[in-house]
Amino acid sequence: MSKSSLKQTLKDLDTKKISIRELNQDYLKRIKENENLNVFIHFSEENVLKQIDNLENDNSAKKLKGIPIAIKDLFCTKSMPTTAASKILENFNPTYESFVTQKLLDEGSIFVGKTNLDEFAMGSATNTSFFGNTINPLSKENEPLAPGGSSGGSAAAVAADLCLGATGTDTGGSIRQPASFCGVVGIKPTYGLCSRWGIAAFASSLDQAGIFSHNVEDASILLQSIAGFDQRDSTSAKVDIPNYFENLDDDLNGKTVGIPKEYSIDGTPMEISQIWEDAIKVLEKKGVRIKNISLPHTKYALPTYYIIAPAEASSNLARYDGVKYGFRSDEIDSLDEMYENTRAQGFGKEVKRRILIGTYVLSAGYYDAYYLKAQKVRKLIADDFNKAFKECDFIVTPTAPSAAFPLNEKQNDPIKMYLNDVFTVPASLAGLPGISIPFGKDKNNLPLGIQILGKHFDEQQVFNTAVSLERSYE
Amino acid sequence: MKIDKNTINKIARLSRIKLDDKESEDYIKDLNSILDWVEQLNEVNTENVEPLSNISSSILPKREDVSNDTNSSEEILENAPDKLEGFFAVPKVVE
Repeated sequence: MSKSSLKQTLKDLDTKKISIRELNQDYLKRIKENENLNVFIHFSEENVLKQIDNLENDNSAKKLKGIPIAIKDLFCTKSMPTTAASKILENFNPTYESFVTQKLLDEGSIFVGKTNLDEFAMGSATNTSFFGNTINPLSKENEPLAPGGSSGGSAAAVAADLCLGATGTDTGGSIRQPASFCGVVGIKPTYGLCSRWGIAAFASSLDQAGIFSHNVEDASILLQSIAGFDQRDSTSAKVDIPNYFENLDDDLNGKTVGIPKEYSIDGTPMEISQIWEDAIKVLEKKGVRIKNISLPHTKYALPTYYIIAPAEASSNLARYDGVKYGFRSDEIDSLDEMYENTRAQGFGKEVKRRILIGTYVLSAGYYDAYYLKAQKVRKLIADDFNKAFKECDFIVTPTAPSAAFPLNEKQNDPIKMYLNDVFTVPASLAGLPGISIPFGKDKNNLPLGIQILGKHFDEQQVFNTAVSLERSYE
Repeated sequence: MKIDKNTINKIARLSRIKLDDKESEDYIKDLNSILDWVEQLNEVNTENVEPLSNISSSILPKREDVSNDTNSSEEILENAPDKLEGFFAVPKVVE
């Protein structure tokens, strides 16, 4: 499949080989042809045409002028409704623009639509959405596969070539795992690199915005566009944002890669161990020193995450009460009845499950045993990485423990679904940047992903390693 | 069994989520299996470990102490399911 890259498209627009209108008409056509994939919660051709009109009358130079971008429906957008894939926000029309989407608008990009996700980003298959499943574009006929999640719609939008890039959010793997399942590039930057302002909050100490794209170069261009300090997010970092794309350097000679032994997990399919070994061999050939490292608390990352994330979610989602915005139940004999019925009818099963577990672990008498304990283990997990990065420049692991699985396969067993995040959650807890790039296929010809983790705010090294591996694989 | 009928009712009440009997039963089962699974954290010695609540390695920057005055009450009320004379409206709370 030859998909045009963002980099090439920018050149073609610049040299007038193609107009903004022609380019976007092409994408609109494909979006309409692929409606069956249920990629978008909101799509309006009229809205896209209006954006094209506006840009045609705009003579200023803009970095992403006319570039079609898909937006995960967790980012508040003024021009389109924002639902977080929940009934409780079904009719929500934000009166403000998120930091990340505002940056993309300022650069002149065109929003083709709002993509599907797991409700409030809670899931790993985009199957908890109030608006139905998204289907992985790589599915064979009559065998629909999950696109991963929670940012499954954005990953699928890039994989089906319905846009030149997409935004996502990653709390425990919600960018990297769907990128792996759909065979695209997905980067979650360091916690704090992109402002969370205007993103519907799930677990605030973990949530981070990021990018999906066709290739690493494109990701480096787009990440630079959405990064930056913002005083409206108190965890937003005041750091210089390098020009990742201009600085891309695929020469890794003399660097050291860390290979964590704890990521060899029983039951991991052979093919996944194989691509991991292949990636290490490629790096070795490029003059990279291989260093076996240990991240001893890795196995505790998932249970830690499934205490911290629901705890924060139960607090964040308290705001959905049927008073200020969104859905309100009709059964409202008293104020308490209104709250309880609104939330019972407005939230889906997985979201309720996490609110309940979060409320429990924060409740009087259990706080120390669960939440505080989890925060302490989180510290040990973060310390593991700090120690490891004294000995290596970056870490390479598989992204997910499987290729894309059939839709609804793991629906009834929450813990089995949670295990999807086994390789992505530790770096989330430590706030580290991570990218997933397609690297090899399984026996059914489905893509597999390799994950590269870097030090805090060392996205450049993550991109350099990724582009180097990508170029050797092509 | 950590979660029984009473506990699930209590946390559902704290969460302001009404559950029917079938849902209560399902969540009792789910929550117990999740809590059993996270139990493994007790294997980890966390004596003298500081809890980590903010991973951000950057120092909170100060902003200038300037006042700003915005009146966005109309915008704020725009998505309200029910409003009255510039306020959110809810069912009657006092008799």
